[in-house]
Formats: sequence, C-alpha cells, structure tokens
Amino acid sequence: MLKEKYQAEIDEILSRYPVKRSALLPLLYLAQREEGYVTETAMQEIAGILKLTPPQVYETATFYTMLNLKPVGKFHLQVCKSLMCALVGSDTVIGWIGTKLGIKPGETTQDKLFTLSSVECLAACGTGPMMQVNDDYYERLTEEKLDRILADLRQTGTSSLKTGPFMWPEPANAVKG
Amino acid sequence: MKTYEPILLKNMMQPEYAGSLPEYERAGGYQALRKVLGKVTPAEVTAVVMKSGLRGRGGAGFPTGVKWGFLPKDYQGPRYLCCNADESEPGTFKDRQLIERDPHQLLEGMLLACYAIGAASSYIYIRGEFVLGAKILEAAIKEARAAGYVGKNIFGTGISIDIWVHRGAGAYICGEETALLESLEGKRGLPRVKPPFPATHGLYNKPTVVNNVETLANLPHIMNRGAEWFASIGSPPKSTGTRVFCVSGHVARPGNYEVPMGITFRELIYEQAGGMRSDKKLKAFIPGGASAPFLTPDHLDVKLDFESVALAGSMLGSGGVTVMEEGTDMVWAALRLMEFFYHESCGKCSPCREGSSWLVQIMRRIVNKRGRMADLETLTDLCKNIAGRTVCAFGDAEVSPILSTLKHWRHEYVTYIHAAEAANLIRPEPAGAKH
Ligand SMILES: Cc1cc2nc3c(=O)[nH]c(=O)nc-3n(C[C@H](O)[C@H](O)[C@H](O)COP(=O)(O)O)c2cc1C
Ligand code: SF4
Ligand code: FES
Repeated sequence: MLKEKYQAEIDEILSRYPVKRSALLPLLYLAQREEGYVTETAMQEIAGILKLTPPQVYETATFYTMLNLKPVGKFHLQVCKSLMCALVGSDTVIGWIGTKLGIKPGETTQDKLFTLSSVECLAACGTGPMMQVNDDYYERLTEEKLDRILADLRQTGTSSLKTGPFMWPEPANAVKG
Repeated sequence: MKTYEPILLKNMMQPEYAGSLPEYERAGGYQALRKVLGKVTPAEVTAVVMKSGLRGRGGAGFPTGVKWGFLPKDYQGPRYLCCNADESEPGTFKDRQLIERDPHQLLEGMLLACYAIGAASSYIYIRGEFVLGAKILEAAIKEARAAGYVGKNIFGTGISIDIWVHRGAGAYICGEETALLESLEGKRGLPRVKPPFPATHGLYNKPTVVNNVETLANLPHIMNRGAEWFASIGSPPKSTGTRVFCVSGHVARPGNYEVPMGITFRELIYEQAGGMRSDKKLKAFIPGGASAPFLTPDHLDVKLDFESVALAGSMLGSGGVTVMEEGTDMVWAALRLMEFFYHESCGKCSPCREGSSWLVQIMRRIVNKRGRMADLETLTDLCKNIAGRTVCAFGDAEVSPILSTLKHWRHEYVTYIHAAEAANLIRPEPAGAKH
C-alpha cells in the first residue's frame, strides 16, 4: 500500500493543489517508482485517495505514454525516431540495439534487463541520435558509445556517458561522440 | 561571423556557470524582482511588457502584455500562472537548456509575471521526460524559497507567490495550452473548445495565463533594462528581442543560437551554425518546428521574424530550424513527421483523429511503392478537410509537412508512384484494407 509507506510524501503532493484530482499524475508516478509500472491495485488505491472512481484513474493513466501499465525491463531504452534524429541516423541506432540485444522496438530481452522502444522527439534534436534510458539522456550516440553504455548498464546499473545539464556551446575540450 | 549580445543564454555561456542561486545573484539575478515588487504597480509591469513588444515564444507569437491584459480586472478569486515547459515540438530544444542551465532566470520571470497578473500560485508544467530539468527546478525553487524570493510575504511586501513543478507524462498535445490545463487538473490532455479562453476560464476555471519558458525568461531583462531597450533589438516594431533558435539536421554545428530576430536564415545556417556538414548543398529547411511548412533554398534570405516567415508561407513557430541536405528524400521526411502527428493526435475530434490515420496510411503506401496518382489528390483533399476544422491548432500543424513537400517536391512523390506503376505492384484493394 502506497499510503502506509509514503503518507508524508502523499500529503506534501496533495498540499500543492487546491483540487485533489491534480495530484493524479504525481501519484501515478509514485506508484510507478514503487513497482516499476502502475499496477491495478495502485490505481484503485489512488482512486480512493483522490475520491475518484477507478475508471477515472484508468482513463487518465492510459492516455499518457510514460505511464507503464505493464512491467518493462530494468533498463528502458527509448530511442528517438522523430525526423531530426532520423536525419542523423536514429534508425541505424535502433538497428544496432536490435542486433546487439536481439529485440525489436516494443520487446524486452528474456532476462528482463532491457526493453527497447522507439519514441517521438525528446527535445535533444541538436545532439542526435539520442536515447533516454530510464531517467537519463544519452546523446550523440555512436556504435562505440552504445557498446559502452550497454556494458556499463549491465555492470553498474548506470553509465558515466549519460548527459548532465545541456552544455552549449560545448566546452572547447569536450570529447566528441 | 557577426556576434550578438546574448541575453537569455548570457550566464550559461560560461561553461562553469552551474545556475545556483549565489551565481545567479552575482550575475545580477533577482534585481528586477527587488526593483519591481511592491514598488511598481502590476499594471505598470504589464504596460512595460506591452511596450517592449515581447511576443510569446511558445509557437503562436501572441503579444505577452496583451494576453495578460485579458484577465478580468475586477475578479477577486484566485488567478494562476502556468509556465509551459512541455517542449515537445520536434526540432525544439531551447527550453531544456534554459531550465537546466539557468533555472533562476525562469523563476524570476515567473515571479514577475505572477506579480503582474496577481497570481499567488503558479505551476511549471514540464514534460515528463525532463527528469533532470524537473529536479533542477525543484532544487532552485527550494533555494529561492529559503532566500525569501518565493513563498509568503516576499521582501516584507505582503505579496505571496508560490511555484510548483508539475511533471507531464508523455503526450505532445499537453503543450497546447488548454490540454496542458486539463492535464494539470489530473485529466486526459484533451484540448478545450475555445472560447472561453484561459484568461477568463483557465486552471480550475479561474483566470489563467499560460506562457512559454523562453517568454518568461525574458521578463527580468525587460524589467531591468527597460521596454525601449528591448524594443530596439530585433526587427521592431513587430518582432522585438532575441530568439533562441534551435538548429538541427545536416549542419556543421547543430545547437542553440540566440540572435536578434530579423537576421536571415542564410546567416543563421551558414554563419552561426557553421554551414552544411559536408559538400552536399542545402535542399530544404523547416523554419519553426515540425508544425511549420518546409521551405527551400530560395527562402534563405527570408528574415527570421514572425511576419517575414509568415509571408514566405511558413511560420517562425517554436524556433526549431531543421536543415536537410541534397539527397534527403522529402516524401520520407514528410512521412516521418506525419507518423509523429498520427501518434500524437489526441483523438478528440474526428477530422484529426481519422484524417491523421488516413494520411499516414496513404504516405506509407506511396513510400512502399504501392501508391497511385490519385493518392496525391486524396492527400491534398484530406489535408484541406483537416486544417481549420479541428478543436485545436494541431489540425493545421499536421498537414504542413505533406502540403509543403507536395508543393515544392511533387516530382518526388511522382517518382515513387511511377516506380510503383513500373513494378506493377498496384492491385485493386479490398474495401477497408490496411495498407
Ligand atoms: C499542438 C500544440 C502544441 C504546443 N506545444 C507547445 C509546447 O510544447 N510549448 C509551448 O510553450 N507552447 C506550445 N504550444 C503553444 C501553446 O498553446 C501556447 O500558445 C503557449 O504556451 C503560450 O505561451 P507564449 O504566449 O508564451 O508563447 C502548442 C500549441 C499547440 C497547438
Ligand atoms: S485537432 Fe487533433 S490534437 Fe487537437 S483536439 Fe482535435 S484530435 Fe485532439
Ligand atoms: S527529433 Fe530526436 S530529440 Fe528531437
């Protein structure tokens, strides 16, 4: 139960809004953080907290692509395939990942480690091709970089190749991808 | 190359600038707020912004001061400011930089806007994927609250303003201002029928202003340096100030360039962004994000201001400039954008919901060499029946890639169709077939 575990956080979230329902997305995120995806039980509990009917919660949850209604791999590789990234090779990146992991967009590896998705523009079009893995951006992808990222993720759960705050203009000594 | 004084990107031009409160203050931050709060009336702030000529940077280019002026003067209940940080228009990546590198500049802008419109609560609606940006904003709000810039009784003036971060969850349409409000209310992000406008019936049905990140980030500078100063930059009187243009695609140095409005595309692409990435010549460019019709090399001397780009048959939009080199397949490019619009249509109105699906199917059929000549008429027809007939401006946006590529590169569509005819791949299709 979310309420028992996160009462203080839930109260803080509710305090931000004059109308309870506004807390729906933040609470769905909380549920997703807990389980890796939004479970039906969680949606029912949230409905209770916000005095909504469960269908009101489902219909909202299903509208938003970032809310996973079923489990995804530990690392969700989301490669941008919109035009600006496609112009600089995002289809190739999706191909590489597919070959290396043996999965197509929409699929998860058998060990449940990686899920591959092709997604729409992530507002990093000047530094494409790029992908988001869970919370982190990885930009200016090359095959070499990708190999390192996948190896790092397997070994340590994260990778130092992830991008921090958007640096522009690039520091003169920045390593180009 | 000509260089221009950066305004919004000034602090972050120093790579070591990390955007903390002390750094922002050292760079002159929160001076505008000190100067204004309780000392200049809200109506005067609005008047200064009107006089500066500042227009919205989110896409539509609506004059900011005028928009604020639409709020009912005598209304006693709560009013809201929503900062639109949804930044989902393909080709646009400026708000991300403004948020991640100089969050206090945005917060100060929001505080000024809240003061001008009389809002005590404001929300930053940030696209869900910007996890880092949301964290940076949360931390900055915490700093600003501790320093007394945000919260109750700011500078002892009796004025209270609060700011919260609200994360979206992956839906392009939530950048449309009324869909944003619906989403912030915890509902599906379906645009509302306008009127009524947010100015009178916005968040929780209360008077509300929605402004883009870059629009708000301009406010501290306008209040510090004055309306005349701002109005002297760019191409006055209609396009004042700078814009942060996001250059992507086949240029040597893709990135964000802050320049005064009114320089030419030629200068932006060939001087600022370093020209083409290889020997291949420029074939096409999109001047203002995925919703803006494609332009050709003939348009390189068009000026980057609202009016000039509109006159050239496109729009300045979100400031995302995407450059394509010779050899780029324009039918493929249009299909790629059409797939985006098909995926993102919220489904509320049928011309857009059904139309986007038909457009994608026909475009895929053409690219898969199964098209026929009549498809080109059908495409045009469909586009004309979508644009202007939908609840929100998404309908006008989604037809731009196809209509503009058909206009300038019709022969490429024809080549695909001739290939289909030659391969004799066209068969009569059973009714209701998926292509
Ligand atoms: C389909 C659609 C998507 C939009 N996406 C965004 C967006 O991501 N960010 C944004 O600031 N404005 C976006 N807008 C424009 C907003 O509706 C609104 O005009 C803008 O936030 C107003 O702020 P401004 O006056 O400061 O530009 C979008 C509009 C439409 C029709
Ligand atoms: S035009 Fe499209 S996106 Fe806009 S309301 Fe209609 S269906 Fe939704
Ligand atoms: S097109 Fe890939 S991040 Fe924008």
